[in-house]
This record gives sequence, structure tokens and C-alpha cells, in this order.
Amino acid sequence: MKFIDEYRNVPLALDLLARIRRRASRPWVLMEVCGGQTHSLLRHGIDAQLDGAVELIHGPGCPVCVTPEVAVDAAQNLALHPGVVLATFGDMLRVPGGRRTLHEVRAAGGQVKIVYSPLDAVELARRTPDRQIVFFSVGFETTAPATALAVLHADRLGVDNFSLLVAHVCVQPAMEAILQAGVCRVQGFLAAGHVCTVLGYDSYVAFVNRHRVPVVVTGFEPVDLLAGILECVEQLESQSFRVANCYPRSVRPEGNRRARQIVEQVFEPADGPWRGLGTISRGVLRLRDEWGRFDAARRFGTLAAQTVDCATECRAGDVLAGQIKPPECPAFGTRCTPDAPLGAPMVSSEGACAAYFQYRRVPVDATIGSSPLEILPS
Amino acid sequence: MNEHFISPACPVDLSLDHERLTLAHGEGGRAMRRLIQQQILPRLRSPALDGMADAAHLPACRGPLAFTTDAFVVSPLFFPGGDIGRLAVFGSVNDLVASGARPRWLSLAFILEEGLELSTLQRVLDSIAAAAQMSCVEIVAGDTKVVPRGAADRLFIATSGVGELIDPIPPGPHGLQPGDELIVSGPIARHGVAILACRENLRLEPAPVSDCAPLIALAEALRTAKIPVRAMRDATRGGVAAVLHEWAEQCPHTLAIDEPALPVTAEVRGVCELLGLDPLHVANEGTLMIAVAAGAGPRAIAALRQVPLAAQAALIGRVQPRRVAPVTVRRSLGVEQALDEPHGSPQPRIC
Repeated sequence: MKFIDEYRNVPLALDLLARIRRRASRPWVLMEVCGGQTHSLLRHGIDAQLDGAVELIHGPGCPVCVTPEVAVDAAQNLALHPGVVLATFGDMLRVPGGRRTLHEVRAAGGQVKIVYSPLDAVELARRTPDRQIVFFSVGFETTAPATALAVLHADRLGVDNFSLLVAHVCVQPAMEAILQAGVCRVQGFLAAGHVCTVLGYDSYVAFVNRHRVPVVVTGFEPVDLLAGILECVEQLESQSFRVANCYPRSVRPEGNRRARQIVEQVFEPADGPWRGLGTISRGVLRLRDEWGRFDAARRFGTLAAQTVDCATECRAGDVLAGQIKPPECPAFGTRCTPDAPLGAPMVSSEGACAAYFQYRRVPVDATIGSSPLEILPS
Repeated sequence: MNEHFISPACPVDLSLDHERLTLAHGEGGRAMRRLIQQQILPRLRSPALDGMADAAHLPACRGPLAFTTDAFVVSPLFFPGGDIGRLAVFGSVNDLVASGARPRWLSLAFILEEGLELSTLQRVLDSIAAAAQMSCVEIVAGDTKVVPRGAADRLFIATSGVGELIDPIPPGPHGLQPGDELIVSGPIARHGVAILACRENLRLEPAPVSDCAPLIALAEALRTAKIPVRAMRDATRGGVAAVLHEWAEQCPHTLAIDEPALPVTAEVRGVCELLGLDPLHVANEGTLMIAVAAGAGPRAIAALRQVPLAAQAALIGRVQPRRVAPVTVRRSLGVEQALDEPHGSPQPRIC
């Protein structure tokens, strides 16, 4: 399949692995920012193959994981609000709020509808004028343009029973926060290729100059990831830091101008909470005042939902900040599993804990390059 | 009472000319009898149903029987490659086939939602009749209930099925031995992806098509070629991964599969890559998982490929002495990992 198979090419991947191992004079510590990258690294066993040459620390780039509990609780309250249907991406259903999940709220009679695009939620609102449709808008700069477009679309159509529960987050301020943390081992970043597809990477130039770390725009397939890692290692070895684009088939320096423009038209950055990471300066998006009528918080006033303060041993915050790896959490795989999660990273399809549970719970054989067909009779 | 005497102002319209079903069609009176006699029986064309008796009388069989039951609640009712009627017949037939039986008789119970269009029921009945004929099974018993609007999603079907077990009966997963070979009869994950694309209106071109089909000819082909089959299972909900885990639970060995060997169509692969789904976890409705004795794999594949439905049958792995995980998968770059069981329905990722 085009754009997939060539980036899972085994000889190419093996060559890149060998080059990284040769080039690394010491174990470098890199952070892949996006949860999709984390899953790909673990699924293909790349992190294990680089043991001793590169340590990969998993970043906070899982939108489901960093959505604060208070937002999940508000979503649940809205779903139970008479006349309201909560439209959400399916990924959010199993995420625990203070006390329960949207799955459980739905079973208890809450109105929750899975959609694949915010525009589907506008369409749902148009078709059901007697209901209030609230779209739970989560995600990074990757999903924000579609949400902004949905607002403009609803405005154009005069759909007034549509609103947003906004929990959008911005990735670069989180990277800043990670570097400014008291203990930070990260020496280089693999920036999220899809976020850069929207935002571009011009904005990282100042970041690199400020922090003197490599930032390499990286894709999601094994060859993409290995190329990004090699570029990072090259920069660290030569101690010359710059923004590099190892995902040029998707990313342009300026990003997608139209998408950025739509986001800026509808949203503005604000200080706001991330689950596990606390308040991050300019780390979230909020609706601009002129679009305030689409804000579910204003429309329903239920954002003041009381979050139940549950004492939990979940260390999702440390995982999301790259302070620990999931197996270092005492609850991992025992008291916290995808069936009974303590924290969001265990249920999200991009969560680091879920990746470790799925791919690393049982170490079997992480030898890349052994013949995939050797187990079969000739 | 002659139907001419029914006033148009009657609050319960008993005329079947009406386009939608009412609660009256499930209440045991004339409307129900007419629904059965005029709509259901002529379409199913089964002599055993004609007397509308309380139970079907079946002829004696020489050997032991297999008996199965299933329920079908799919939404939407019609999808590329099938509909709830075909699904009900083939699903029941395939359960019998996978247990080593030749399907003979089915019963059907309809739960119909008040307000269902009669034309929808007619389409489903026609589809059931065609599917039964294609599978050489007779529908010998049935029931119809109409529930108030909102108590069901348009149309549900519950079935039971009886088949005659045919020698040699596969011993089942507890008989798996190290070295046994694992086969899948065709491209996986087609049904789940077709339903997802249709239900969520993903507007894909071409629309993914379900694999909904009877598996009788596959079992026949294996029997004719005298393949030593250890176990068979139609890989429905939970996909191939669920079958592997069920089997692994019943034997003391590891089932090791090879991801690059899995047949997956370009359409299905595209959707799964796009939405972050693992085809191993996605449902099938006409795909058989087969375990055969060590060394019998290539002959089994050759026999299966004689059947058009299994033209892409493939050897996907083998049974090994139990290691750290009950089911393992070797990924495309060669890394071998534990394969996780699906957790409920797969949810597409956000970005």
C-alpha cells in the first residue's frame, strides 16, 4: 500500500538502525512527542532495538490522556442533562473522569453519540432541532481546524442547537513546560508530524534557539521514526541544533495556512489545565468571545461540575511528563489494565500505558529483521 | 368478520395494505395471521411451516446432531455485501459448519419494532429465503413479535439451527498439538469495516463490502481432500484475535501468527490504517479459521482455494509449545509480540 509499505521496508529500517547505533557515542535521551509515535515505536520494537544507543521517553501527545478530569466530568454531566446529546470521538468513551466513564454514563441513560468529525455533530444538530448537540472537542492542533470549521459551518447554516465543550490543547507550550520542569532528561524532540502538517515548523526555530535542543519533525511509520531519530542523534553528536523536517511528504515549513487561519479565527490560546501536567501557560485553546454563543460552558453553566477528588495511585502525570515509563507505575498491569483503568493513558489508543500493556506486557522476541515467514513451513 | 367491514376510522388498522407494522401484527389475531400467511410463509416456501403448528416434526437422523443458537441485531439492516437476513442464516449455518456439521434446519424468531416498513420486512424475508436456499437449509419453525416503538431497533432476528455431524468430527481446540498449522480462509476484517463505513457514513469509494457468506463448501472441500482438521471456527465478533485467544485458552500451547501472512484487502487495510484499528480485532462473517495437523497446511490451502470464496486462503501461523504468551504475532519488521485480546468494540483514534 502506497505511503505505508515503503516506510515499513525492512532492509531500509535495518540500515537506519545500524547507522543510529554506529553514530551514537553515548546513550541519548529523546522524547517522541506524539502518542501515535509511541505506539508505532513499541509495535515495531524500535525502542528495544535502540537499547544502549537511544532512550526514548514518551511524550504527552495523547489528546485523550491530557484532557483534564474536570472536562470529562463536565461532558458526563452534559450527557445526563435533559435534552442534550453529547457528541464525541469514540476514544473518549472509556476515559475515566472523577468517578466514571462516558460508557457508564451512557449505560445509566446519558445521551452519548459517537461521531467521526465535528461536522457530523453539526449535521446531527441540524437533523434534530429539538435536541441540544454538544460536541466534546478534544485534541491537539490536528483536530482544532475541523472543530473551528464546524463552528463556522454551524454559524453559516444558522444551527443554534450546536455547541462545543472545548478541551483543545497546544503541543508546543507543553514541550516548553517539560523542558522547564525541575528534572528533565530530554535532550532532543521528535516533533509530531501531523501537528506540524497543520502548524508548520517555523515556530520551532525560536524554541530550538532558546533551549538548544534538536527538534526533528517526524512521521509515524518505522522508517520515518528511524530517520527522525538518526537526525536527532546526528545533531546531538555534532552539538549543532536546528529544526529539521524528516516528514517532508506531509509537512511544509509554514504548515497549512488555511487551517491555521480558521483556528485563529475561532479560537485563542489561554492558560489551562492538562491532566497530569497541571496548568500550562497558553497550553489550551478557548473560543474567542465573538463565538461565545457556541460555548457549552456558557450555554449550560455545568462546567462548574464538582470533580470528585479520588485518591488514586495512578501516576499518569509522571508518565505524560516523561518522568517515568508505564511499567514503573506500581499499578501497571495489575490494578490498572485496559479493562479497569486508573488513568486515561491505559485506555486511549494513543496512551503510553496502553502501548506498554499491548506490546510490552510480555517480552517475547524483539529482534527486528528475523524473517517474518520463518515460522511457516516453506 | 369480513375485511370490508373494517371501518377506515378504526383506531387499529388491521389492513396489511398499510405500509408499516403495528402492534396488532404481533398480538395473535387476524393481523398477525395474515402477516404470517401472506408475507412470511410464501417467501420462506418451507413445507414444514405450512401447517403453522407449534413445533416442526423433523425426520430421524442416523448420527449425532449439532444444535446452535444466535441473535442478530445489526445496524444498519442493509449494508454492502449483505443484510440482517443473510447474516442470520449464514451466521447460524456457519456455526454449525465450524462445529463439523452439515446444516439442515433453522428456526427464526423476529422481534419487529412498531412502525417498521412492511417493505423492509419483505426485503429481509426474501433475503432469508435466498440465503437458506443457497445454504441448503430448511426453515422449519418461526415466531413473530412486534414491540412498541423504541423497544427494539427496527428488526431483530433470533435463530436456532440443527445440523448433522459428519465424520470425521474435528476434535476442537483442546486437541491442538505443537506444529499444527493455522489457516484463515480469506481476507480478514471485511464485515466489521463494511458495517463501520456504512453505519458511520464514511463515504469511502469503493465502499468496503462484507464477507457475509456460507462456509459449507469450505468444510466440504477439506473433508473431500481428507485434511486432518483439528479445529474450525468462524471468526465473527472480536475477529481472528478472539478465535486465537479462545483456542489458546483451551490448549496448553502458544498460537503464533505472522502479520505479513494475513490476507487483508487494500480497502480494509486503508480503513484500518486510517482509523487506527487492528484488522485482527475486526469482525468477519464469512471467514473460517482452521487448524490442521503439522504438514497438512499446504494441502489444506490447495483444497480451500478450489472454492471461490477461499481463493485467498492463507497459512498464517502455527501452534508452538507454550511460551510466555498464549497468542503471539510477528509484526511486519519481524518483531514478535504477545497479541492482546480485543477489549469490547474497537474505537477509532482521534488523530
